[in-house]
Amino acid sequence: MTKLNSLAISDNGFIFKPSTGESFTTNNMGLFIINLLKEGKSSDTIISAITEEFEVDTITAERDLYDYLDFLRVEKMID
Amino acid sequence: MNEKKLTIAITGLNNIDSPGPGVPVIRGIKDSGMDVRIIGLAYENLEPGIYMPGLVDKTYLMPFPSTGRETYLERLTYIHEKEDIDIIIPNFDSELFLFIKFSDTLLKMGIHTFLPTLEQFEERHKDNLPEFAKKYNVTVPKSKAVLTSNELADLPKEIAYPYYIKGKFYEAYKVDNYNQAVFYFNKLSSKWGLPVVAQQAIQGTEVNVIALGDGEGNTVAAVAMRKQYITDKGKAWGGITLNDEVLLEVTHRIIKETKWRGAMELEMIKTEDGEYHLIEINPRIPAWVYLAVGAGQNIPEMICQLAMGKKVKPVNNYEYGKMFIRYSWDLIGDIADFEKIIMSGEL
Repeated sequence: MTKLNSLAISDNGFIFKPSTGESFTTNNMGLFIINLLKEGKSSDTIISAITEEFEVDTITAERDLYDYLDFLRVEKMID
Repeated sequence: MNEKKLTIAITGLNNIDSPGPGVPVIRGIKDSGMDVRIIGLAYENLEPGIYMPGLVDKTYLMPFPSTGRETYLERLTYIHEKEDIDIIIPNFDSELFLFIKFSDTLLKMGIHTFLPTLEQFEERHKDNLPEFAKKYNVTVPKSKAVLTSNELADLPKEIAYPYYIKGKFYEAYKVDNYNQAVFYFNKLSSKWGLPVVAQQAIQGTEVNVIALGDGEGNTVAAVAMRKQYITDKGKAWGGITLNDEVLLEVTHRIIKETKWRGAMELEMIKTEDGEYHLIEINPRIPAWVYLAVGAGQNIPEMICQLAMGKKVKPVNNYEYGKMFIRYSWDLIGDIADFEKIIMSGEL
């Protein structure tokens, strides 16, 4: 099981990490990104999906994605 | 589990700010649906478990184990004559030695226990932890058993401030300088006896496991937990069950290699780098046992079954993300009950 798939994520953005007992909250965009990552989508696909879903330009979508990936790495939710 | 109604005596009714495990153990047994009569064994006349409605059927005051084994056994014999006890579950570190020593005598009287052997009990003592770690290949913080406060001035260089001063049975204080170390050495040695242990503090998250070994190397139950809220006495006031495979693997290995018999609590620190340092093994049920019951492993029920000589099938799964939140609650008691326990030692 990948690290992301081991997380318990509710629809309202509450994340529980069973391996450490930590919990986090995330906004709609974070939840959107996590769900696409869990489906194994590539960064390009996710950036494109963000621009469509949140009506932002590509540069903003890229920044949002990479910021969020940094957060997930720091919290050891992805490798 | 047994058609005969079982009479089970339980200590640790002190559900106070540093709670004993008696009350949650009783709750677990009652949740199991076993047909039981619960006898509370209390050391203080204000232990809350004595007065909690519907918890114990009868309570007897006990002499402290330090008063001597003859006095202690005499009192147990008296209670047994009145109650015909089937099982005793002792819940304090300070009484375990006596119960382990007496286990054959108790069994001849018809009283069953399910406790570690004396060797297992001694081997995991705080002052033996370095040898234990070496023998079973687990990582522990550097520590030293200290018999006089003078030794604190000459600790091995691996034990640097801050480090912990730990009492023989209970309590630990983090110290940042020599004066603090001497102060807590004196406090803990006078309260719990010698040795006192100086143990290097490790940065990380405290994670614990409650486990039950069948004495043949099998882990019958094991639940991992992270403390979410810790009191100034270092006690968990809230916790959450974890799916920590490394922690459970370490637990299974220790139980397998020691052939641990009975309940235990492993206290470990998980560092940022994912390393696990064993800081303590408690040879008994911890006060947060009811979280394990809530997560799907009724350890008190299993202990009763094992004590009565039944085989218990190991349970490997439990619910992750189950939480406990401890709370305080004011019971209203009656002076007549207080009078009874003081005057007759029974209620």
